[in-house]
Amino acid sequence: MDFLHFDLNQIIHQTMAKIENNEAMKFLNIDESLYKTNISRKFENRKKYQPKDPKMILSFIPGTVLDIMVIEGKHVEMGDLLMILDAMKMQNKLKSSIAGRIKKIHVNKGDKVSKGTLLIELE
Amino acid sequence: MALDNKIRELQEKREKALLGGGEQAIEKQKAMGKRTARERIMGLLDENSFNEYDLFVEHEARDFDMDKKSLPSDGVIIGTGTIYGAPVAIFAQDFTVAGGSLGLMHSRKITKIMDHALKMRMPLIGINDSGGARIQEGVNSLAGYGEIFFRNTLSSGVIPQLSVILGPCAGGAVYSPALTDFVFVVDNISKMFITGPEVIKTVLGEEISMEDLGGARVHSEITGNAHFFALSEDECFEQIKKLITFIPWNNKRKARAFEPGEPKPEYKIEKIVPNDPTLPYDVKDVIRAIIDNSDFFEIQELYAKNIVIGFGRMGGRTIGFVANQPMEMAGVLDVDSSDKAARFIRYCDAFNIPIITFVDLPGYLPGVDQEHAGVIRHGAKVLYAYSEATVPKLTVILRKAYGGGYIAMSSRHLRADFVYAWPGAEIAVMGPEGAANIIFRKEIMSADNPDEMRKKKVQEYKDKFANPYVAASRGYVDAVIEPGETRKILMHSLEISENKDISVPDKKHGLPPF
Repeated sequence: MDFLHFDLNQIIHQTMAKIENNEAMKFLNIDESLYKTNISRKFENRKKYQPKDPKMILSFIPGTVLDIMVIEGKHVEMGDLLMILDAMKMQNKLKSSIAGRIKKIHVNKGDKVSKGTLLIELE
Repeated sequence: MALDNKIRELQEKREKALLGGGEQAIEKQKAMGKRTARERIMGLLDENSFNEYDLFVEHEARDFDMDKKSLPSDGVIIGTGTIYGAPVAIFAQDFTVAGGSLGLMHSRKITKIMDHALKMRMPLIGINDSGGARIQEGVNSLAGYGEIFFRNTLSSGVIPQLSVILGPCAGGAVYSPALTDFVFVVDNISKMFITGPEVIKTVLGEEISMEDLGGARVHSEITGNAHFFALSEDECFEQIKKLITFIPWNNKRKARAFEPGEPKPEYKIEKIVPNDPTLPYDVKDVIRAIIDNSDFFEIQELYAKNIVIGFGRMGGRTIGFVANQPMEMAGVLDVDSSDKAARFIRYCDAFNIPIITFVDLPGYLPGVDQEHAGVIRHGAKVLYAYSEATVPKLTVILRKAYGGGYIAMSSRHLRADFVYAWPGAEIAVMGPEGAANIIFRKEIMSADNPDEMRKKKVQEYKDKFANPYVAASRGYVDAVIEPGETRKILMHSLEISENKDISVPDKKHGLPPF
């Protein structure tokens, strides 16, 4: 059959050459052996793990600060309501997961915040 | 002559319908660098092979002044034809008619051709180019999508289903392609997402272009939703046609056999793999060195490059290849590569395509992100897919096969039919460095010169265990073979597995970790 003879590999290679950026190879450590290899962008850009700090209240979703229930210097108990964050058509209640004193409030009522913004600091 | 008039009437009706959304809309489509739905079908199918159905179907919607609008063929073309002689059922959404929006009759046409394809056990190709649900038709439009998704699922593993994204495919519509076997995308033309840039901006305040959110490159490189990336519609059609030659028409058949060919002499199998297990090479060259005409048809070339999957032929027969790629992330298994390989293995198994696995990997990728992304559950997919597969399974261990990676990559223990190893293979629990540091920890720590002692112990371990002979002595490896013998031995193994028949416990279905 005559269609056996057309070769798509060549077309694909041309496509590849345009997409791949030919970085020099690096080393990847697996079980204490160093392997020479290309490193994927996904791996290089991966988020480095950071343990959660219950004293830092971050926005878990982008949204608008609807109301702030506490003032700096005030003592709060575990489970006390700190703030209402309006996001995805929901009024999300942010509660304290520890007992402590409000050290600093980093946002104002009405502020739009992106994900991961520091909202309140406890001590 | 009364009949002449009737025939003329039919011809006039046809001509009008064939124009779709009219010349202006067609011009607009072309200005976007896109072909019309009809041109696409003609570009894909064998000449004069297309038989169209439901050309005169029109919608019956009443609300929002829809009764005053005529939408030729209701924005989708359906029919059957052939590709290199293989029968295919096809639908193509026509963006020139109401933006290819999906209303009740539009969806009924699609489900009609889907039912036909399933009944006749022939491959189905869907060309998607649609603005989404036809809002004026309300819940009828949602019902239409649901009926399509249901049929995609019902047909899954019975007939091959190919989705071609040649325009927007947004919102619920994306789930039809997601349920099919292979998704084709074209640079700058394909756009796929659940929620578009505007919604994301209003709700989340994040700004992103359509291309960066769900363009062809994104789905080929990052999400893995697409299997074939092309720079033009023409290239995309060549990819589809070529794929059709590799796969069978349905799950009861085998792929068509072609005239056998020899590998090209420039792929010298003895010279591709370096002895040092930490040095990289392109495993695709090993595949090319053993297949007919060195013609390897790769799938998901740009996604999770640390594993290579695709089709080639040996002795004229389609073979599915799975191979660790040492030049990308050292060929490790991780969340994405496990997902990619497992789905392909299941595809081959569903459609009677033997699987050849080339093994050269240091194991699974360590890292918090991997663990938290569920590498346990995703990695398990590879084990599941290989264990479950009843098609002929041939394995060649080219070099490293360490730890869990060794087990996962079509090992004897998952019922591989043939396991071969090259003389340089290292089949062990882990690499020599790591292993020596654990086994000889005390000796190394208490030595006068720990570095010296470590080197000595690493060498000791290498000499004893970094070879294929321990595994061969247990029968886990059937034979240690020279690289130059690989093609011959694999061809023989394939020949004698031609009538492989094994049974598995009766069950409704298994529960793969997805």
